[in-house]
Amino acid sequence: MKLTVNGEAHEIDAPEDMPLLWALRDLVGLKGTKFGCGVQACGACSVMIDGELARSCGVAVADVEGAEITTIEGISEDGGLTVVQEAWIEAQAPQCGYCQSGQIMAATKLLEENPAPTDADIDEAMTNMCRCGSYPEIRAAIKIAAKNMTIQRAEN
Amino acid sequence: MGRVAKIARRTFLLGAAAVGTGVAVGYYYYQRDRGNPIQDMLADGEATFNPYLKIGADNTITVYTGRAEMGQGSSTALAALVAEELDVEMEQITVEHGPFSSAYANHAILAEGGKARPWDDSFGARMEHNVFGVLGEILGVQGTGGSTAVVDGYTKMRAAGCTARELLKAAAAERLGVSVSSLTTDGAHVVSGDQRVPYGDLAITAAAMTPPKDMKLREKNDWRILGKSQKRLDLEKKVTGAPIFGTDVDLPDMVYGTVRMSPRFGANVVSYDDSEALKVPGVEKVVRIDTHDSHGFGVIASNTWAAFKGAEAIEVEWEAASYPGTVEEIMADYERVLNEQDGASFRDEGDAKAALAAAPSEQIIEADYRAQFLAHACMEPMNATAQFKDGELTVWTGNQSPTIVAMAGAAAVGIDRDDVTVHTTYLGGGFGRRGEPDFPRYAAHMAKHTGGRPVKVTWTREEDQSHDVYRPAAIGRFKAVAKAGEVPSTFYAKVSSPSIQQSIMGRVLFSPPSPSPDKVAVDGIFNQPVDFENAYVEAVHPDQSLPIGFWRAVGNSYCGFFHEGFMDEVAVATGQDPVEMRLKLMANYRPAQQVVEKVAEMSGWGRDPGPNKGLGVAFTYSFGSWCGQVIEVTNGDDGISIDKVWCAVDVGTAIDPGNIKRQMTSGIVYGLSSATGQKITLADGEVQELNFWDYDAMRMAQCPEMEVAVLENAPKMGGAGEPGTPPSIPALGNAIYAATGVRLRSLPFGDEVDFV
Repeated sequence: MKLTVNGEAHEIDAPEDMPLLWALRDLVGLKGTKFGCGVQACGACSVMIDGELARSCGVAVADVEGAEITTIEGISEDGGLTVVQEAWIEAQAPQCGYCQSGQIMAATKLLEENPAPTDADIDEAMTNMCRCGSYPEIRAAIKIAAKNMTIQRAEN
Repeated sequence: MGRVAKIARRTFLLGAAAVGTGVAVGYYYYQRDRGNPIQDMLADGEATFNPYLKIGADNTITVYTGRAEMGQGSSTALAALVAEELDVEMEQITVEHGPFSSAYANHAILAEGGKARPWDDSFGARMEHNVFGVLGEILGVQGTGGSTAVVDGYTKMRAAGCTARELLKAAAAERLGVSVSSLTTDGAHVVSGDQRVPYGDLAITAAAMTPPKDMKLREKNDWRILGKSQKRLDLEKKVTGAPIFGTDVDLPDMVYGTVRMSPRFGANVVSYDDSEALKVPGVEKVVRIDTHDSHGFGVIASNTWAAFKGAEAIEVEWEAASYPGTVEEIMADYERVLNEQDGASFRDEGDAKAALAAAPSEQIIEADYRAQFLAHACMEPMNATAQFKDGELTVWTGNQSPTIVAMAGAAAVGIDRDDVTVHTTYLGGGFGRRGEPDFPRYAAHMAKHTGGRPVKVTWTREEDQSHDVYRPAAIGRFKAVAKAGEVPSTFYAKVSSPSIQQSIMGRVLFSPPSPSPDKVAVDGIFNQPVDFENAYVEAVHPDQSLPIGFWRAVGNSYCGFFHEGFMDEVAVATGQDPVEMRLKLMANYRPAQQVVEKVAEMSGWGRDPGPNKGLGVAFTYSFGSWCGQVIEVTNGDDGISIDKVWCAVDVGTAIDPGNIKRQMTSGIVYGLSSATGQKITLADGEVQELNFWDYDAMRMAQCPEMEVAVLENAPKMGGAGEPGTPPSIPALGNAIYAATGVRLRSLPFGDEVDFV
């Protein structure tokens, strides 16, 4: 089976029903996508599939053969930190950090679609669980990222 | 003089020295007796000064904390303590957990183990705090919990930095042929006039020298780094998905696994058939796991998913439960014990029972409060990787106590504790759960069956939820004698809840000790800064049923709710403002009053919040910190919404105020998540809430705005990881009462009211 992750093709030997999460973690060897619940309830395993946000623990790997999969390891185009990741640090969002790959994937998608999200937009889009309760810092980070992306766009 | 007395005497002297300003550096010598595990890990050109510090020839500065980083941010704060005295910048430091060693024993973790009220500074109380603290040291327990990391490290980490700095200066003085007093230090360099010598050039020489005896730690007024909010040192890893957690461990030749333990605690296997499991592609082996307190199976496979599927496919009949099959039956037994047995007394002033007997009935206020079993639900499910090869065991795991990991692992494979190596990774949440022996124990058992290959054992969420060590359920009975408009003269509380210490000792030490009075059951009641003419607080311990353990804030997590809910009732019944009444009861505890005054001011206490809105206040002293909160709620058409939380916390000395604020909001979200909807129930002895769909936690949309003030009036330093949790629960209950007139005495509140 062929899996394209972060622009790179991987040949993997997996049963068709293996969740994408476990193919990424155990077979491709990318550990940034986290296992939290296995039932798409927490969002720790969020990735992009052909640009759409998805909880990879509930996606069968056979269904995404040929799709473009992007994980936390692949969201930066230049290998540095993205605006969203930088904002995450500026707001000091992560505590234990385990859910934050998924949170950053969700926020990256939100900001792609909505460059200036309101609090209500953030509430609606950011449904991932954080047991450390870092929600206020995540909200602040999204607003910082939105502002910095606007500045960047204006400069370009 | 015996070892205990000798260490006790030395520690006591140190404790006395630490009271004054310009703390003398005695701890280094005390610590040196235990050896320095970093010595054996040095590469060429590296030097170590003590268990906490290594300096490389390239001027890299590594701080070893010996404490788990589970989100609470103490690794950054502990590094800051070293940086302050060592004169290095925070960005120059790499912080690591370091090896398992008794050199990292936690003194503070047991220091409040006794019955003395924690702020009591009398000779007897100080002796007791120290004796319990020294117990932690003698046991050599390396652990992270009880909000102690920074309290424990406050003197020793600064002393580690100060000692190294002075040695580096002495080495530079020798090399440059100048006097030590002519030298200064800055940015990991010794400075002599225009000359800047990197620490890395001096480290090996300096580390071999004898430290001067007259070193003094810097005064608070002179701090450059401490007392200011720091950038966490672990965030770049955490925003890039770096493989830093136990579940990310990847080793050559590694196999994968999971466990399926009996869903009824302690129940054995009656019969099983693993033939379907072995047919799952990728499954290599199904092995029995039998320990002193648990039975089940380990599945070894070529990937985690195969292991999960294999575990599910085992056909197994389990023994019946040896305890009541439902929480209702368990709670009925708690109530029976509450009614029938006299408890151990933890506070006894005046004569509360006689005062209650003599009081006219209209002056007596009574209420029973209830709390349910709770799971920790760390984001990262339990996991450990173990390799048993050539008679030695190596364990990689995110854990709160390498000592317990080593004990459990050693026993599982039948070797000496000293032959176990523990690598502690970052923790995807801990909250008390990761101080347990089960996850490393099972991995070690499975490592006996892999021919020397490492096995990474990851639990499913369902396994994690149904094999936790739960926050115990509890019933609290409260009585007060109070006249209208006056503070209560008599306070009585009795709590029925099993002993957490007995439960955990049974798991760690392979056989449960006989029950003894456990102050944890009344933590947050007997030791609160409120005085009465008559006060009596007692605890009774019904039989154990589910395994119970340390859950963020432990006994305070439910006692805080009981105590502060009841205080609110007393205020209402006597026609007093809840803030005013507390301030009167706290007359002898100025830091407590200042916290309550501050949070009242922040929240605009006393204002009319408007229709369908209510404000509730609560205060809990826990883990050395004084925390008051006010919550505002709205009772709307869709249910109760939590609009805002104000929090004032006095930690005595705030090392990193930004991190303390985040720990308060984290603790509040954890508390409110539990208060609104979490509970663990049983059917036929099996846990029913198996995943986040029926054991949810607060999400972004429900999370209230929060405002935190950090105060420093208290004379002693307190912790930050847990004190935010206890007052959040009663502040919410009291706010709901103010908004609706409904008094909530049972957790979770979601059983009686709807939340948005």
